[in-house]
Amino acid sequence: MTTDLSSLAARRHEVAQALAAVLPAGAALAKPEDTRPYECDGLAAYRQMPLVVALPHDEAQVLAVLAVCRRLGVPVVPRGAGTGLSGGATPIAEGVVLSTARLNRIVRLDATSRTAVVQPGVRNLAISEAAAPHGLYYAPDPSSQIACTIGGNVAENSGGVHCLKYGLTVHNVLRVRVATIDGEIVELGSEAPDAPGLDLLSVFIGSEGMLGIVTEVTVKLVPKAMCARVIMASFGDVVTAGNAVAHVIAAGIIPAGLEMMDRTSVRMVEPFVQAGYDLEAAAILLCEADGTAEEVDDEIARMTAVLREAGAGAIAVSTTEAERLRFWSGRKNAFPAAGRISPDYYCMDGTIPRKNLAQVLTGIAQMEVKYGLRCANVFHAGDGNLHPLILFDANQPDELHRAEAFGAEILALCVAVGGTITGEHGVGIEKIDSMCVQFRPAELAAFFAVKKAFDPAMLLNPDKAIPTLHRCAEFGRLRVTNGVLPHAGLPRF
Amino acid sequence: MADTIEFFRDRIQAATAAGTPLRIVGGASKDWYGGPLQGEPLDTRGHSGIVDYEPTELVVTVRCGTPLAQLEAQLREHRQMLAFEPPRFGAASTIGGVVASGLSGPRRATAGAVRDFLLGAQLLNGKGELLNFGGQVMKNVAGYDVSRLLAGSMGVLGLITQVSLKVLPLPLVETTLRFELDEIAALARMNDWGGQPLPLSATCWHDGVLTVRLSGAEPAVAAATRKLGGAEVADGPAFWTSLRDQTHAFFDTDTLWRLALPPAASALILGGTQLIEWGGGQRWLKAPRAGAADIRRTVAAAGGHATLYRAVDKRAGAFHHPSAAILRIHERLQGAFDPAGIFNRGRLY
Repeated sequence: MTTDLSSLAARRHEVAQALAAVLPAGAALAKPEDTRPYECDGLAAYRQMPLVVALPHDEAQVLAVLAVCRRLGVPVVPRGAGTGLSGGATPIAEGVVLSTARLNRIVRLDATSRTAVVQPGVRNLAISEAAAPHGLYYAPDPSSQIACTIGGNVAENSGGVHCLKYGLTVHNVLRVRVATIDGEIVELGSEAPDAPGLDLLSVFIGSEGMLGIVTEVTVKLVPKAMCARVIMASFGDVVTAGNAVAHVIAAGIIPAGLEMMDRTSVRMVEPFVQAGYDLEAAAILLCEADGTAEEVDDEIARMTAVLREAGAGAIAVSTTEAERLRFWSGRKNAFPAAGRISPDYYCMDGTIPRKNLAQVLTGIAQMEVKYGLRCANVFHAGDGNLHPLILFDANQPDELHRAEAFGAEILALCVAVGGTITGEHGVGIEKIDSMCVQFRPAELAAFFAVKKAFDPAMLLNPDKAIPTLHRCAEFGRLRVTNGVLPHAGLPRF
Repeated sequence: MADTIEFFRDRIQAATAAGTPLRIVGGASKDWYGGPLQGEPLDTRGHSGIVDYEPTELVVTVRCGTPLAQLEAQLREHRQMLAFEPPRFGAASTIGGVVASGLSGPRRATAGAVRDFLLGAQLLNGKGELLNFGGQVMKNVAGYDVSRLLAGSMGVLGLITQVSLKVLPLPLVETTLRFELDEIAALARMNDWGGQPLPLSATCWHDGVLTVRLSGAEPAVAAATRKLGGAEVADGPAFWTSLRDQTHAFFDTDTLWRLALPPAASALILGGTQLIEWGGGQRWLKAPRAGAADIRRTVAAAGGHATLYRAVDKRAGAFHHPSAAILRIHERLQGAFDPAGIFNRGRLY
């Protein structure tokens, strides 16, 4: 152990010296007091001090950091704002954390071509704020958008509550500039449609920092809708609510937002936000329309009729922007509310074909009995992305273990009904074992081949997202300690 | 359909063992697209049929050999569509070819391309392994998004046996408007309107006329029609179909270039005649004065890339070449998925 520690210290010294030689003063951090803030991301149960933290200021410095790491054989963990929920930015003991925090410039914003060229450390919301004077915005709105960076969004293919209508990161990023571990700059995608050759941009987006370091991103900006209104509808049971969503879609409507909360969630959030939710409802649906005033009125009228026909009880429609935000407030505060009523919670992130919602919710209800734990379900109903929040108390013997088993069983059920283990939070280290449930060995081998095509040395964020077959024997999962997420002030939905 | 997969697998494994190329062929409606054909045909049409279609899930799963016409007819029954409007070069077009070629139609600039609607795919690689990527759900970040990588891959990574596609409702109302404008004014207008909250779903400029399609709910289309002015076109749907399927008189030519450009790029002086779509993002060029190298250079300088789309003589290469670093990544990917290099050799690069 002593030998290990002293050799780690020697390695730290070596790597820090090499990085300091290619970076400005203060951009290579090695002292524990400096690197402590980087020991975890939003998946705070997993903590690991990095060897060194590098904070390059520009693309040339990113290349220089990668060159040092390649020469010394040091793994590199890229990091944006560190708001990710799956441990994608969890450090590796013998690895460098490459933070994009100082690459934070909006390079160009062009209202005519409706594009913004930004460095990876620019915050998601900052892009929309910069575009606002032109009546434009960047559409994907992950709940952490006030803090999360576009580089991280590219790594995770982040979504948000409006992605059924406006798409995910992959639909809204036109081009990325990437520094490869081989020391080259490549551009994937293009501001012109359908870049030539294989669509490497598609495979890069959502690759969790394992294929290259983003140094610049061109995003698409879209015109901001003139207004938005939301319907809040109560249902006596979740099956009827799920069917109502299907009826809305069948009526040819793609709502701007379509969210569901079950009774446990509603009762959990209402005391917290006083949104005016129906506490007797088994489920509540929020259906949003956006566009011109005439368009919104028309769509609201059609959706209201469909929801009524589909068995909705109470229906309320927002008439002012303040009311719209109030209706949304409960949904957007589901995570903090869970932290308020329970010492700890696990947030799961499966996606299912919506038609199987009742089967999955019934399965989860049975698991609540089996594991002796409560579970609140919030659901991006439009696109099938389910966030069960398993409530537990880590100070009670065995509750953590039961919560982990509960979560794993939910994800296995999502896969069994034709869904996926992660809709938007990423695999990272959190769900790496559940990947073994979803993919077979030949598919995992194909993923490793993709990684090697970009990163032959296998140095970029190794051991994340794609499990080795050997690894497929072990299991581990997210834990929120004492109900406190890092970035506790951020909304999470 | 397990037997057709077994048949494909046997052919692929034999071809890999012998190192003999295979050319994947569905309806053979796009044989003229991309590089020259090489190898023995591997006919996908036996692997046909819609596997799963739940209109309320907005997802359809379909086998590669299914005729596009059959799929679209099924979607239409439920008032849904493939929003990327793939061109139909004949009744025989199959969905496998639609995905492999990656070609999209008039709605692409606002709705998205093939890849944007590709949720999952099943692939037989060069070893004959059947691989599943993505899935049948809208949001899925488990594993690298290999399925979208297959859109426009020209079949060089393997035989796409099945795909899951996101579908969208047909617009409730569509209106077509025309404006007499020259090229420069039309480009400016398209980009200006693109930045406003208008229900634009297609644009086309050709021969002094800008034609615009509005799609959506009735009040939105009516309000936009009032705002934009212009003259309403009676046979709008026929016009957009002729663009989508490239049966419009403009496309009646032996040599045709497809120029992809940042939509706001200025008018390019290359001689010949142009037809501009996608708000300026796609510009068709025929009878240019400039040679292939000049065209590629001019378009690249404007931030785009040029494809020699249709030509008797394709010695200049069908596709724009990416950088050496990108091509190395291509080679490694192809080496992993198709180690013997049997699939659609030379069709992409």
